[in-house]
Amino acid sequence: MIPRPKPERFRLRRTMIFMSAQKPGLIKDAYIYGVDSIMLDLEDAVAENQKDAARFSLYHTLKTIDYGDTEVIVRINGLDTPHWQEDIRVCVAGGADGIRIAKCESADDVRTVEAAVEKAEEEFGVEKGRTLLMAALESPKGILNAYEICAASDRMFGVAISGGDFRKCMQTKPTADGIDMVVARGQMLIAARAAGVQCFDTVFTNLDDKEGFEAEVRQNKAMGFDGKSLINPKQIRYVHEVFAPTEKEIMQAEKIVRAYREQSAAGVGVFTVDGKMIDIAFIPGAERTLRLARACGMYEGDLV
Amino acid sequence: MEILKPATAGTLESSDAQITVEPAEGGIALELHSSVMNQYGRQIKATVLETLERLGVENARVTVVDKGALDCTLKARVECAVFRSCDKSQANIPWGGVIR
Repeated sequence: MIPRPKPERFRLRRTMIFMSAQKPGLIKDAYIYGVDSIMLDLEDAVAENQKDAARFSLYHTLKTIDYGDTEVIVRINGLDTPHWQEDIRVCVAGGADGIRIAKCESADDVRTVEAAVEKAEEEFGVEKGRTLLMAALESPKGILNAYEICAASDRMFGVAISGGDFRKCMQTKPTADGIDMVVARGQMLIAARAAGVQCFDTVFTNLDDKEGFEAEVRQNKAMGFDGKSLINPKQIRYVHEVFAPTEKEIMQAEKIVRAYREQSAAGVGVFTVDGKMIDIAFIPGAERTLRLARACGMYEGDLV
Repeated sequence: MEILKPATAGTLESSDAQITVEPAEGGIALELHSSVMNQYGRQIKATVLETLERLGVENARVTVVDKGALDCTLKARVECAVFRSCDKSQANIPWGGVIR
């Protein structure tokens, strides 16, 4: 029995890879990939008549396999199915770090799941509040209600868009420049930032289209996403590369944080670094860059 | 638990095991086929029997077709097959109780 450490609500989540909880061959050694989070799936990857078997498999996986620093999230079945309550019981009993709410459309959906999680924490003697939540927005209604969803619970760490279902609702197809989803992605990002949670992009399903995948990852980074959902381990490395800060950004961030600490100790609020105006508003971003750099193995200083 | 009807869980994919339980009298009759029989046959048999004992299954005919499953997978498949045989696999599973 390997008890996982208490999950951190805010941590590095550049990559989150989906794998079926019903497939032992996939999930038994998923910690080797170096992915930030794995998403054990009880929902669409599991056939309707194997939902029960997937839960037994999930329980023993969570209890037996040491995933180390890799975060373990479980995607549960939708609230319109007969499965979600037992899904939540097994997640909490097994000690999953977090639960992904599929097809989330409102703050009420989040609160419904939260109530069931709390009940399960009580039933299985798990510390109250341990199990984190994230929501997948898969419909226009989910996107329109993104802010209330993001702000619905202290357990919420982030929100993700699910492209397949969303495009189906919008009657669109994936496009090379992402125009089909740009508004939804943008609205979700604004809502997530306003609520102070993380934001993740959808999967890129055409594994043969390397150029298309890489263009989408670069666009994700430019739009301000924290990370991306993935379907294949070969997609991990590129996302980590794109989401890593550059040497120049790290040096600049270090300079800014250092200068800020010196200047504010001397009573100065606004000053210049390399000819650019810096004040307190730049500090959280610079510190974030340093934390990201540390996680990517590119910064070993002591400022963060 | 009493095996009420035949039930199967698991697949024949690599790293998995397919377990079938059927009603029987006079103890446990275990039939084991494994791709790693020479190396792990005894270990697999022990894990399956321990799991059945934990679930309180005293009488059953059990067939295991193993494709290199880890112990945690064997346990999960045996438990699911037994719970299915009693129509109790869908809800209110005693996680952390007899399932451990």
